[in-house]
Amino acid sequence: MSIQDKVISIIAEQAVLEPSDVSPDSTLEDLGIDSLGLVESIFAIEEEFDITIPFNANEPEQSDFDISNVAAIIAGIEKLVSEKAS
Amino acid sequence: MKRVVITGAGTINALGHSVPDTFEAMREGRCGIGELDFRDVDRLTIKIGGQVHGFEAEGRFNRQQMTLYDRFTQFTLTAAKEAIEQAGIEFIGDDAARSGVVLGTAGGGVSTWDDNYRSVYEDGKNRVHPFVVPKLMNNAAASHVSMEYNLKGPSFTVSTACASSNHAMAQAFAMVRSGMAPAMVTGGSESMLCFGGVKAWEGLRVMSKDACRPFSANRNGMVQGEGAGVFVFEEYEHARKRGAEILCEVVGYAMSSDASDIVMPSKQGAARAMAGALADAGINRDEVGYINAHGTGTAANDKTECAAVADVFGPHADNLMISSTKSMHGHLIGGTGAVELLACIMALRDGVIAPTIGYEEPDPECALDVVPNVAREAQIDVALSNAFAFGGLNAVLALRRV
Repeated sequence: MSIQDKVISIIAEQAVLEPSDVSPDSTLEDLGIDSLGLVESIFAIEEEFDITIPFNANEPEQSDFDISNVAAIIAGIEKLVSEKAS
Repeated sequence: MKRVVITGAGTINALGHSVPDTFEAMREGRCGIGELDFRDVDRLTIKIGGQVHGFEAEGRFNRQQMTLYDRFTQFTLTAAKEAIEQAGIEFIGDDAARSGVVLGTAGGGVSTWDDNYRSVYEDGKNRVHPFVVPKLMNNAAASHVSMEYNLKGPSFTVSTACASSNHAMAQAFAMVRSGMAPAMVTGGSESMLCFGGVKAWEGLRVMSKDACRPFSANRNGMVQGEGAGVFVFEEYEHARKRGAEILCEVVGYAMSSDASDIVMPSKQGAARAMAGALADAGINRDEVGYINAHGTGTAANDKTECAAVADVFGPHADNLMISSTKSMHGHLIGGTGAVELLACIMALRDGVIAPTIGYEEPDPECALDVVPNVAREAQIDVALSNAFAFGGLNAVLALRRV
């Protein structure tokens, strides 16, 4: 499974949707994921890839991690995973 | 209905080991938050807190007591001693039989859990000390206060997360006001600053890595603290007969439940608690000069709390002062309302309003007089103390100058 597929499956599980219902341009709001769901998704992604995502719920827009839509989240995780490998 | 006054106050927290030291720090706008110092702190993402330093159990308690007292109990007994000595009250005869202890704590003996889990899971030991249970139980502190001071009436512990102390003090107030008890020892304590205690909070992603800046536009989360606040709530005539010094009067309270979300605060729930406390005390809203805010420094709490204040107080919201002393001592979780009640006592008795320190940028969603950075002299007659807990459980106390 690619990083993209793994992330989509984690987000889909959180949103109680099929992975096919989650598209790269979906926002978390579109998917019905609230603040607690977001924190849980981030935790699940960190566990899956053994990375640390710099995310503070108080200043999501200032965190060094873009959560504006699924594609942005995937890009951020791909970057963190490649940084970890290097 | 009896009148209820506060005749003794005690504390230990990151700002000081006594009430006079804490008042001095609040007047000076000193920050008690700094680098955390305990085992495995290097494995934490959040490394700051309002930790109590220079507190040694050795010398204060004997060996037998130390095997029974978790740090939250040690804090409680230290604060209770100061409060009861100041009140000069002795519990004997009928007073002893009817007076009790109601305290708040969210976690109880967290470091006892932490140490013993480490011992059995990490170190692989198969045996723990025989007193683990009586040391960690949430009511341990209340029980030891009752034993130490011969309090034989109703005693128990209230646990409502960040509102624990306010719920406890509201309960103690109601018991004295109804005539059920001539006096109650009340307040709360918390000691979660250990590896497991901070690690659990990290998980929620609401903690700041650098500072607690309530109401400031650049706030980025809460900072944990630790310590205790303990008070003697006494029936007014009982206190007068003894010639006790009265610090202030407790005039009302209200509790409400948001019944909506397990972590997100609700404006309506907070507003109902504040309005309810005013109604219970028979106070007009324009009499309120100061509110000690819940003011956690999170994005969600501070704007919700300010909106609730604006709803309840209308145009008077712009005339009153509201500050969060969590910026100085951190968030004591279940003990926080007790330590924050001190700021109300200082405002009413000494005419000094504790500041909200760390305030850097105005936030249009928190456009109230938050007493930024510097304490202020002002004579006020009525103060409120807010506490709004996770789980949507709120408790607000109303106090009056005597």
